[in-house]
Amino acid sequence: MTAVVTGIGVAAPNGLGTDAYWRATLAGRGGLRPLTRFDASSYPSRVAGEIPDFEAAEHLPSRLLPQTDRMTRLALFAAEGAIADAGLRPEELPRYGAGVVTAASGGGVEFGQRELQALWSQGKDHVSAYQSFAWFYAVNSGQISIRHGLRGPSGVLVTEQAGGIDALGHARRHIRRGTPVVVSGGVDGALCPWGWAPQIATGLLSTAADPDRAYLPFASDAGGYVPGEGGAILVLEDDEQARARGARRYGEVAGYAATLDPAPDSGRPPGLLRTARLALDDAGIGSDEVDVVFADGAAVPELDRIESDALTELFGPYGVPVTVPKSMTGRLFGGAALDIATALLAIRDGLIPPTAPVDAPAAEHRIDLVTGAPRPARLRTALVLARGYGGFNSALVLRGCNDTTDSEETAR
Amino acid sequence: MVITGLGAVAPGGIGIKAYWELLTAGRSATRTITHYDPSPFRSRVAAEVDFDPVREGLSPQEIRRLDRAAQFAVVAAREALADSGLAVAALDPGRIGTTLGSAVGCTTSLEQEYVVVSDGGRHWEVDHGYAVRDLYRHFVPSSMAVEVARLAGAEGPAAVVSTGCTSGLDALGHAAELIREGSVDVMVAGATEAPISPITSACFDAIHATTPRNDDPEHASRPFDRTRNGLVLGEGSAVLMLEELEHARRRGARIYAEIAGFASRCNAYHMTGLKADGVEMAAAITAAMDEARLGPDSLDYINAHGSSTKMNDRHETAAFKVSLGEHAYRTPVSSIKSMIGHSLGAIGALEIAACALAMEHSTVPPTANLHEPDPDCDLDYVPLQARVQRTDAVLSVGSGFGGFQSAMVLARPDRRMP
Repeated sequence: MTAVVTGIGVAAPNGLGTDAYWRATLAGRGGLRPLTRFDASSYPSRVAGEIPDFEAAEHLPSRLLPQTDRMTRLALFAAEGAIADAGLRPEELPRYGAGVVTAASGGGVEFGQRELQALWSQGKDHVSAYQSFAWFYAVNSGQISIRHGLRGPSGVLVTEQAGGIDALGHARRHIRRGTPVVVSGGVDGALCPWGWAPQIATGLLSTAADPDRAYLPFASDAGGYVPGEGGAILVLEDDEQARARGARRYGEVAGYAATLDPAPDSGRPPGLLRTARLALDDAGIGSDEVDVVFADGAAVPELDRIESDALTELFGPYGVPVTVPKSMTGRLFGGAALDIATALLAIRDGLIPPTAPVDAPAAEHRIDLVTGAPRPARLRTALVLARGYGGFNSALVLRGCNDTTDSEETAR
Repeated sequence: MVITGLGAVAPGGIGIKAYWELLTAGRSATRTITHYDPSPFRSRVAAEVDFDPVREGLSPQEIRRLDRAAQFAVVAAREALADSGLAVAALDPGRIGTTLGSAVGCTTSLEQEYVVVSDGGRHWEVDHGYAVRDLYRHFVPSSMAVEVARLAGAEGPAAVVSTGCTSGLDALGHAAELIREGSVDVMVAGATEAPISPITSACFDAIHATTPRNDDPEHASRPFDRTRNGLVLGEGSAVLMLEELEHARRRGARIYAEIAGFASRCNAYHMTGLKADGVEMAAAITAAMDEARLGPDSLDYINAHGSSTKMNDRHETAAFKVSLGEHAYRTPVSSIKSMIGHSLGAIGALEIAACALAMEHSTVPPTANLHEPDPDCDLDYVPLQARVQRTDAVLSVGSGFGGFQSAMVLARPDRRMP
C-alpha cells in the first residue's frame, strides 16, 4: 500500500508557516540569532534557531496555554497547518481512521524546568497539575490527537535527531496496515537553560558568536552544531484515498530504514551507509535514481567525514547534489521531520535549496554541496538522512507523484 | 512473533523466578517510600525495587553512566538474553533490533542533576560547569535503548517508544511489527522506568492520581476494590526476546508464547481523564483479538491495567464488557499492580512477562488487596489467590495519559494450524 504526503505544516526559525519558511530557505535567509529567550551570557554557546514571531495566543485556544510547553504549542500550530493544507476533515473519516505518530527528544523541557524550580525553591504545592504530562515525551501526539479527534493507531518515538525521520517511517507502517491517515512528524525545542546545559556537556555545540559562522556543515571551519526550535508535521495518507478525494500529493514515502551504529570500540564501520542502502532497497531503486540528498550535516568534523564518505561510496565523488538547509534553522531534534517537508517542496518546485551560509565544502568532502543560490533541477527522488546522538541512523526515500500542480497556486 | 526469553527487575524481587513467586503468592511489594523523604507529599507510598547495582553485576562505569532506569533495563536484558539461549554473537548484528518503552526516561537522574546545576532551584540560568559529562544521555532517553542494544551487539533498528503508560505494550507491539515486516529476525524489546522521585510525587499529588493511604502501605494498591483511592507508583523493568516463530523453532528454543495480536487507539478526549464508556480501549481489544483470530470465548485470562484509580477501573471494566460481551463475565481478570504498583512506561512489559509466565505455569496471578468489590466493577477479578487453570490465550491492556489505549493478545503458537 502506497503512503503519500498530502499536507505540510511548518514552524521554523526562518519562517512560520510553510510558505514563509520555503521562501526564506530558497533565498538562503537563515534564522540563527544570538539567544534572546534566556540570558546566555554565562554559556560558551550563545546562538540558536529561535522562532521570533510566534505568539501562541494568536494560534491556540486560551485554555491550552497553561498546559503546554512552547514546543507543544508549535506542534499544534504545525499540525493544524498540515491538516488544513491537506484539505482533510478528520470528522469525516472513520472513527479510528486517523492516527498520530510524532518524534520527541527531551520533551517539554522549559515547562519541566519551571516546575522543577517551583518544587525545589518553593515547595511541592507550587507544582502545576499539568506537569504530569506537559513535559513528557508523548505530549505532542496526545495533544494533536485530542485537538483534531484522531483516534487511530498512534505512537511516539525517541531516537534524538533521527526521530524526525523514524516517525514518518513508522507512520507508513500504520498506513500499510490499513489506517488511511496518519498525522506525523516532529516539532521540538528546548531553548531554556535546562535544555542548554546538557548539550554544552557533550562538547558538540558550536561556540561561534557570529550566527553566520556558527553552524557550517561540511565546511572546513565546521565547529559543531546550533540547536533550534520548530519542525514539521505532515499528513501521510493512503494513496488510494488521497486520489479518491482529489488531494494534492506532494510525494510518496517510497523507502525507509533505520539502524544503530556498532559500539565505538568494535572496529566495525558506522551504520549510515548501510542505512541509506537499505532505504534505497526498500524503495526498490538504485543510487543512480536519486536526484538529491538532504544530508544530516552534523557540522562535527568526524561526523561530517563519516557522512561524506558514505555519500561518496554510494554515489561516487560529487555524484549527486547534496544539501543541508537545516544550516538555516539549526538542528531541530524531533523537528528533523522538517527536512522531509523541505525535500517535498524542492521536488514540487524543481529547486534545491542551498546550504546557506556555507560557501563551499572542505576539500576532503568530495560531495556536490549546493551552496549560494538555489539550484534548478528536475527532481523526482530525494534521499533524506538523519542521525541521532548515540548512534541512530535513519534514511527516507521520497518520490514525487507527478501530479500536475499549479505553481502559482502552490506558491501562494 | 514469539517470546523466547524473559528478564525482569521488579519490586519484591529481581529476576524472573523471584518475580513470579511474588505474583503467585499474592504478596504486595508496596511500602512507605525510602528513596527520599516523602513526608511533604500527600501520597507517600510506592513499590520500590531493592536494587544493588554492584550485586547485579554492573561495572563502576555503568553505574556512573546509567540512570537507575537504564540500569534496570540492562539487568533485565542480560537475563532475557541468557534465558533465550540465543547465541547473539553468531547472528547478523543488523538483523537484531531494540525497542525500549519508557514514559519519563531518566527522570530521577535529571532531577538530581537539576538540583545541582540550579543550586537547589535558586537559579534559572543553571550552571553548566556543574553538569556531569553524561547529562545529555539522561536528557535523551533514547540513550537507554543504545545501552540495551549494545548488550546484544544489535545494529538493527533501535528506538525508545514513549507513549506514557502504554509505552511498555507499545514497545513490544512495535518490536513484533519489525519482525513481521521482515526488517529483523530478533528483537530485544521491553520497557523500563524508575520514576519514584520528588517531581513525580509532586505532579501526581497535584492531580490526586496517587493514593493517600499512607497508614497502610502494604494494602494501598487495591484495584477494583470499593475503597481504592488512587494508584501506587512503582518502578522496574522487563525485557523480552522476540523472534519469528520459525527462527525460534529451527534452533529448538523454548517458546513462552506468541504475540498473536496488538492494537492501539486514542480516546482523543483528555490528557489525563477517561470517558466512562471505555469504547476506545474496547476498539483496541477488538482489533487485537481480530488480528489474533480469536473470539472472546477463547480468552482464558485478562491481565488488566487495573491501576486502582476510581476512574480507570470502571473505564476498563466497561471496555471489557463492550469488547467481549457476556464473555467478560466468564473470563478471569486480574491486576498485578495490586502487588508491584504502577511503573508507568515499564508496567506494560512487566505485565506481558507476567502473562507469558502465566501461560508457562498455567497459573493466573491474583488481584491482591481486593476485599470489598466495587459494585461498578462486577467481573471475576481473581481476588487474593492465584488460580491454577488453562492459560492458552491471554489479553493484556494498557491505558495512559495522552489518551493512549493499547491491547495485546498472547497465545500458544501450537494452537495454529500449520
